[in-house]
Amino acid sequence: MSSKTLFDWQFALEIMPQLLHAAMYTVGITCVAFVLALVGGLLLALLRRSHSRMLSWPATAVIEFIRSTPLLIQLYFLFYVMPEFGLTLSALEAGTLGIALHYSCYVAEVYRAGLNAVPRGQWEAASALSLSRWDIYRNVVLPQAIRPIVPTLGNYLVAMFKDTPVLSAITVVELMLQAKNIGSQSFRYVEPITLAGLFFLIISIAVSLLVRQLEARLRLP
Amino acid sequence: MQQSTMQNSTMNPSTTSDTILRLRGVSKRYGKLTVLDNLDLDIEANEKVAIIGPSGSGKSTLLRVLMMLEEIDDGVIDLDGEPLTHMSVNGKLVPASASYRSKGRRNIGMVFQNFNLFPHMTALQNVAKAPIKVLGLSKQEANERASELLDMVGLSDKLSHFPSQLSGGQQQRVAIARALAMRPRVMLFDEVTSALDPELCGEVLNVIRRLGSEHQLTMLMVTHQMGFAREFADRVCFFSEGKIVEQGTPEALFGAPQHERTQAFLRAVTEAI
Repeated sequence: MSSKTLFDWQFALEIMPQLLHAAMYTVGITCVAFVLALVGGLLLALLRRSHSRMLSWPATAVIEFIRSTPLLIQLYFLFYVMPEFGLTLSALEAGTLGIALHYSCYVAEVYRAGLNAVPRGQWEAASALSLSRWDIYRNVVLPQAIRPIVPTLGNYLVAMFKDTPVLSAITVVELMLQAKNIGSQSFRYVEPITLAGLFFLIISIAVSLLVRQLEARLRLP
Repeated sequence: MQQSTMQNSTMNPSTTSDTILRLRGVSKRYGKLTVLDNLDLDIEANEKVAIIGPSGSGKSTLLRVLMMLEEIDDGVIDLDGEPLTHMSVNGKLVPASASYRSKGRRNIGMVFQNFNLFPHMTALQNVAKAPIKVLGLSKQEANERASELLDMVGLSDKLSHFPSQLSGGQQQRVAIARALAMRPRVMLFDEVTSALDPELCGEVLNVIRRLGSEHQLTMLMVTHQMGFAREFADRVCFFSEGKIVEQGTPEALFGAPQHERTQAFLRAVTEAI
């Protein structure tokens, strides 16, 4: 037993396929959930900015409620409580939806800051050209609102990615749960947990670099 | 060479006498502050009207109200005999819907003090965007129209420049081209040279001069440039406290102002120079 090294490379190689498979889930969940969060967040931000209180008030309430409660509780609700009300989701669906909803509320606030930063004069110039409200948002306001918030959105993408282990609480077999399962079966935790951590590190850094490139490409002369 | 053609075109008699804009009892209030006070004003088609007066007198608000960037609290504005800010439903005038407003707006173009160009679009895109989206022009038609207009304002070599790559005077000329691309019948100029360095004012005023002489356009301009108002306008309106205190031909208003407040204002302005 004394010959047992701290980090067994052979064992690490053996468990790699399992971990990579789970990692695919982690990446897949993050991608789908982030796209949902980008769309949902924009919708919430626009509703919150609406002149109609019938729209802005509920949006504000949803955003504040979700931002003020833990992701874990929201996931439990979606997965364990909602079936009582007739909505049964698979762990993967509940997890993806839950984390998307959670982050859409943060992303909504980022959008809101970006939208508020677009000068009033842009609205006025676009209105004076008879552009419709939809065209103003799509062609004039959003392109200006989104450019400066790309780095912040990138941060939330990384944060969401690193939050996916929370989904293991509702039995989604993502990277972290897979690593833990391997550990409890083999009684070796060092390799799976280290590899899982390394994997998160590599992907996070890669995403940060990609976001920086996107930012540079969107920069105006 | 552009200069010389413009010099002799300052006299621009408006031959028609059709009223294009008619304001009756128009009021605009911000809380207790009355910015436009029961205003009556008729503008003839093709007329060039300069609006002068101290700051806070309601000059810019008048333009913003005509452009429907602000809602009026009282009164009616007609464009070509049709209500602009209201529409008739079962014989009653009610505040106009968004689509009704949008139709009226197409007849009016506005140029702003701070240009308000879209910073993420090139000069060409700035000018072509609204004709594509609102008038339904094809991209090619809109680009042709846009490059003609940019050529007219002397910027044919700047089509693919972004606003940040242009000087203030150039930006303002793009803004004029952008408003013209919608083929408006009325153009509103809101202190269009106030944000410009003095040496850049001339290029913008030259464009406006040429517009006045070569195109059938009704033009309303709020300006602090008394020299330009005098030379360019058919009529000058002096605003004070939300009312037109005095109006008349430039000769009459600048030469022999009748009202005490007009005299005081013109005295203060000439002293400042």
